[in-house]
Amino acid sequence: MVVATAGVQLVAQDHPGQYTQADIDAGTRVYNSQCAQCHGPNGDQISGIDLRQGQFRRSSSDEDLSRVIREGIAAVGMPPFALQPAELTGVIAFIRAGFDRTAIAARVGNPVPGRALFAGKGECATCHRVNGTGSRVAPDLSDIGAARTASALQQALLDPSSVMMPINRPVRIVMKDGKTIVGRRLNEDTYTVQIIDDHQQLLSIAKADIGRLVVETRSTMPSYAGKLTPEELSDLVAYLLSLKGA
Amino acid sequence: MWFRVRLAAVILLLSCGLDAQVTYDRLLKAANEPQNWLTYSGGYSSQRYSLLKQIDTSNVRNLELKWILPNQVFGAWQSSPLVVDGIMYVTQRPNDVLAVDAKTGRVFWQYRYTNSPDARVCCGSNNRGVAILGDTLFLGTLDAHLVAIDARSGRPLWNVAVGDPGLGYSLTLAPLVVKDKVLVGMGGGEFGIRGYIAAFDARTGKEAWRFHTIPGPGERGHESWTGDAWKTGGGSVWVTPSYDPALNLTYWGIGNAGPDWNPDQRPGDNLFTDSVVALDADTGELRWHFQFTPNDAYDYDSVQIAVLADLNWRGTPTKTMMWANRNGFFYVLDRTNGRFLRGNPFVQVNWASGLDETGRPIRTPQPDGQPTWPGNQGGTNWYSPSYSPRTELFYVSTWEGYASIFRKEPVQYVPGRNFGGGGGRVLTPVPGAPGVRIGRATPINNWTDAVGHGTVMAIDPRTGEQKWKFEQYDVTDSGILTTAGDLLFTGGREGYFHALDARTGALLWKASLGGQIVNGPITFAIDGKQYVSVISGNSLVTFALRE
Repeated sequence: MVVATAGVQLVAQDHPGQYTQADIDAGTRVYNSQCAQCHGPNGDQISGIDLRQGQFRRSSSDEDLSRVIREGIAAVGMPPFALQPAELTGVIAFIRAGFDRTAIAARVGNPVPGRALFAGKGECATCHRVNGTGSRVAPDLSDIGAARTASALQQALLDPSSVMMPINRPVRIVMKDGKTIVGRRLNEDTYTVQIIDDHQQLLSIAKADIGRLVVETRSTMPSYAGKLTPEELSDLVAYLLSLKGA
Repeated sequence: MWFRVRLAAVILLLSCGLDAQVTYDRLLKAANEPQNWLTYSGGYSSQRYSLLKQIDTSNVRNLELKWILPNQVFGAWQSSPLVVDGIMYVTQRPNDVLAVDAKTGRVFWQYRYTNSPDARVCCGSNNRGVAILGDTLFLGTLDAHLVAIDARSGRPLWNVAVGDPGLGYSLTLAPLVVKDKVLVGMGGGEFGIRGYIAAFDARTGKEAWRFHTIPGPGERGHESWTGDAWKTGGGSVWVTPSYDPALNLTYWGIGNAGPDWNPDQRPGDNLFTDSVVALDADTGELRWHFQFTPNDAYDYDSVQIAVLADLNWRGTPTKTMMWANRNGFFYVLDRTNGRFLRGNPFVQVNWASGLDETGRPIRTPQPDGQPTWPGNQGGTNWYSPSYSPRTELFYVSTWEGYASIFRKEPVQYVPGRNFGGGGGRVLTPVPGAPGVRIGRATPINNWTDAVGHGTVMAIDPRTGEQKWKFEQYDVTDSGILTTAGDLLFTGGREGYFHALDARTGALLWKASLGGQIVNGPITFAIDGKQYVSVISGNSLVTFALRE
């Protein structure tokens, strides 16, 4: 028991932007006793809401969730819940962990400063594009909040290579005529590969013309571990999570 | 002179198609009339090999498009057409039959069958084709009916219920005609069925015999079940059998046990799931069986086609059966008695460390949460392999580098409901990355070869050795055709149609047809001209040499 507690504390110290295992465990109990009756065991029992997948009608940040839980939504018949602070933290952690007690639950801050970080200090737009602004060199993030959980987004910021989708792996192509092309794959088959290169050009290349095709498993994206404060990290996650596409 | 006139008259009759009756004798000797494709696999031995050689390794690059027949419905088109004296019979979803001028692609008639709303299938409204005898076509339906159809008018002749669709029974395979009977096996392995194979009188539709793939009390093999598990034991059949006329044996690949992924609910070997059974064609009597995957935890249906060939086996002429199984092992059996001759893995396998001297797997189940090779869809699956007597090689589409993390959970049987008991998640390099699916519905491959890829593999059946391998980037569900022109035709999910040198695996020609190819190509000839047909996406496409 002591060892387990120590482990949890260690995890918490290592990743200040994350909820602890104890938070998630507490939240599991709260959810099952207080929330599951209406939201269902999978969190998708109410139309338009999927708590496990992070789809809400009114909330994006953890603070939004906290307010809705504390105050309720009279218009739709959701009652206010008078939870202890630890219980409130726990149920949000449980939701952010995607209802998976073994998962990591990232803290989700405020998307407004997060947006400023994306364009400013984080220099994200140097490579990524959102709603028509920014570079196309790295994947467009306009709907990344609909495709990723908060935890996956946080993990991508802290250790980009560990969650890089195979299709996004950087490629370096040396053509038989000696020309080198660097870019990112959009599609590939037995005979051809379609890429967007580092000049944002779409290229379709016959493999018969390729001398060497190298697919890197290391991302070219820098890690933000230690470069952003825990608050900044949670704000950036909140902004990314708010990007749900058109 | 008189003789010549009469001969000319016979030839005229034949060319007019007036004598298009497909007798049992013609089915027996299907290989001798390579201008036709008379059964699902091109003949009873299921070699999917044609004696046609007008198209060969020297001229295949001159193939050109002759016609396209678009499908009117969407979804994987798994049908394998028949060609009878210039007329092609092909099925499309859910249970339509079309009679097509095989030279032009123009349609003579279309038969539409309306399924009962009770029909249910696990994996799409698939139908893999019809059988023919005389002037009658035979169609199995998703609501488990067998329908006889007049091949000239497209009008139904008789229709019999073979199983209860409300309990998940269905017919998706192309039937096989042997003598005067039509043989089918029941689909529904994900619904807790108790599978069976049945034969029907071709003239009347009257049931002649029935064999339960899950033996009941008192039947041979029942001791391999515990308690009542046999009642929902699965053992579906969804691919056409092979037949050895000299032995009068039909060979059937049997599907997974039910529930699919939780063997704890059915202790024992679970015969005859994941087995081949040899049944007497006249009586349905079981002559022998061989089980590939006892007490299966991985959904390794043995619904592959039994490929029959007479090989010189260590100095002795031997009637063999070749079988690349979904479980990742390639087997050669003596088809007279089911004796195991040899076997070895043809892809990475870790659910078993090997086969013992009887061919039984030495099982090495992986710990919870750890990957199992091959993955849920197997090292290969239902799509047809081929054997060329010229190269003496066995050819099969395989999935390599593909694993699943299986999970089992208790499941209660509810009639007509899915009876899976767990599932399998494709092993991906990072959490949440896309894996390969049962089919392909998008032109963009964002799962990449990081989760597995397809090959065409040429195997020497005498040694089990791989002679060559043709790599594809995506996985493949394509069957294979080989010809006396030493060509191998195949496709894949990417929608390329490839012609390879059957001896070396070298790519000789390809066409980008765009849609996934999910069954084998066929070849036939009309007026002395050889054609090759393949289904890609929603289109049936036919090629021949440029004039």
